[in-house]
Amino acid sequence: MATLHLNNIVKDFGGTQVIKGVDLEVKDREFVVFVGPSGCGKSTLMRMIAGLESTTSGEIAIDGERVNEVGPADRGLAMVFQSYALYPHMSVEDNMGFSLRLAKVPKAERREKVLAAARILQLEPLLDRKPKALSGGQRQRVAIGRAIVRNPSIFLFDEPLSNLDAALRVQMRIELAQLHEELDATMIYVTHDQIEAMTMADKIVVLQDGVVEQIGSPMELYHHPRNRFVAGFIGSPKMNFLEVEVRGADAEGVEVALPGGDCRVPVAGDGVSAGDVVTLGIRPEHLALDEQGPLTGQIQVIERLGGVTSLYLEHGDSEWILVADGDVAHRVRDHVRFTFDPARAHLFTADGLALAHLERHPLVDIDRKENRASSASGGQR
Amino acid sequence: MNPTTTKKLLLTLLAWGIAVIVFFPIFWMVVTGFKTEVQAIAPPTLIFDPTLAGYNTVIERADYLKFALNSIVIAFGSTLLALLVAIPAAYSMAFLPTKRTRGTLLWMLSTKMLPPVGVLMPIYLLSRDLGLLDTRTGLIIIYMLMNLPIVVWMLYTFFKDVPKDILEAGRMDGARTFQEVVYLLLPLTLPGIASTGLLAVILSWNEAFWSLNLTTSDAAPLTTFIASFSSPEGLFWAKLSAASTLAIAPILIFGWMTQKQMVRGLTFGAVK
Repeated sequence: MATLHLNNIVKDFGGTQVIKGVDLEVKDREFVVFVGPSGCGKSTLMRMIAGLESTTSGEIAIDGERVNEVGPADRGLAMVFQSYALYPHMSVEDNMGFSLRLAKVPKAERREKVLAAARILQLEPLLDRKPKALSGGQRQRVAIGRAIVRNPSIFLFDEPLSNLDAALRVQMRIELAQLHEELDATMIYVTHDQIEAMTMADKIVVLQDGVVEQIGSPMELYHHPRNRFVAGFIGSPKMNFLEVEVRGADAEGVEVALPGGDCRVPVAGDGVSAGDVVTLGIRPEHLALDEQGPLTGQIQVIERLGGVTSLYLEHGDSEWILVADGDVAHRVRDHVRFTFDPARAHLFTADGLALAHLERHPLVDIDRKENRASSASGGQR
Repeated sequence: MNPTTTKKLLLTLLAWGIAVIVFFPIFWMVVTGFKTEVQAIAPPTLIFDPTLAGYNTVIERADYLKFALNSIVIAFGSTLLALLVAIPAAYSMAFLPTKRTRGTLLWMLSTKMLPPVGVLMPIYLLSRDLGLLDTRTGLIIIYMLMNLPIVVWMLYTFFKDVPKDILEAGRMDGARTFQEVVYLLLPLTLPGIASTGLLAVILSWNEAFWSLNLTTSDAAPLTTFIASFSSPEGLFWAKLSAASTLAIAPILIFGWMTQKQMVRGLTFGAVK
């Protein structure tokens, strides 16, 4: 059992507020990812949970007990650092067993626990090595092993994969997700990489300037971003935004003016009326090339990734990114027409808040594990 | 010869020249120690019958071993004490700095720029009233205070080079501050601590101002031993040289044995 509650957490660094009142509930065995651009306060927030930074105001509770005044050594957490922070003068085995040595665990038991963790991470042949004789990926594993040995109530990961090369990062990402299932532990993970967030999280916390922009499952953030920031941050390439004028709003949705004719986006139109200017948001993968399409643009750049092709389009002073099929034959400077399904579009008011979709996306409320189970059974059928 | 070779040769010659100039007095002192008093004041020469007469007289007249023991106890004692005080101080300055840390460090170092004689009176009176005149304890405390700014400063720079993450990882692993220092910080900075200690030992060993003023016989170290051969009966160069050689020999051998450690420590962190 390990839950975490943050209650109106504030962090003040010499007069500058870097965390401005964060509320969060982390359930037992949940994989929560803090994501946001650099300087958004995600690492600071994690360090406050760890106890490495003091909390200016607000309350941090682990398993319902306030821990603000408890030092990092006594919070029962384990942390994996971006730099790995292995003890350079100790062997892998001593690195992993250090917490047990401090806890005065007998040597034989210590070795047993270290071996168990080493087995999970395939570190057995490396136990006698010093950190400097390990590769980046191996060091990463040792850092994770050090956390596992401690058998913490909550695992904290501070951008653990950002020092690895791309291939290794993908591999470790999968291993970490598996590890989460295997250990069945509560994990909090900080990253600036939204792909890591989308692939591993049960719940994502999007932060900007010390404020939580949205908390939700990956699919909820993708399909129902609460505001323009989240819409732009989640998803790659970035969502397209276009300022449009409202023609009218009713129970069926909001009608907006587009260059190629009006279009009805099925969102709740409370508070908007004809003549207002709103922002239309459409993800690049939801735009489709269509010779009869209402929108036009000239191709400026083509990025061919093989499987898909990203087209960077320009029309007047608006720019679009369109993700098309990998085999699309267009060339730079071609003029193309394209369209989109209004049901997949988003509208944001002038202050950046999203108008709620009338229907919730069917995948939004499925959590990650059920998601896996259903895809597995889907495969059997 | 191309210009770089010429330059290299000139630099080498210069280096040798400086080394000879620096080393010559020591060499001459050692040589003079093996002369008779008459040869010592005769026109300088390297050709003479070496004699141990100087050494014999010196050892007969004073208890060399007692002075040497005092030197050892005082130099190592004050160094140990300085490290014990400086490690926690440098820890807090390196890892828990405040707005005033930088200023404090500079101020500490600035005390080394004042002439010690400026505080001779107060220190003498304090020592007298505390009963520390001519005691090893007295000199140990004075030398500890004398070396503390340098020791703190050096340890501070070594500690600052230790990645903060490693200590934080230790904290997450359950280490209290004391364990963090003993199991992580000290092993990681051992070369630096060793060179700091060596420097403090050497500075204490060679210190003469306070030892001459605050000790007479019981606690007198080797610097006092040398001085006792200079004054009342006039200068006897051979004996004085023999005494000086005896006084610097231990620290010279010690420094020579540890020079690798010294250089490593003094350049520690300069090159990653």
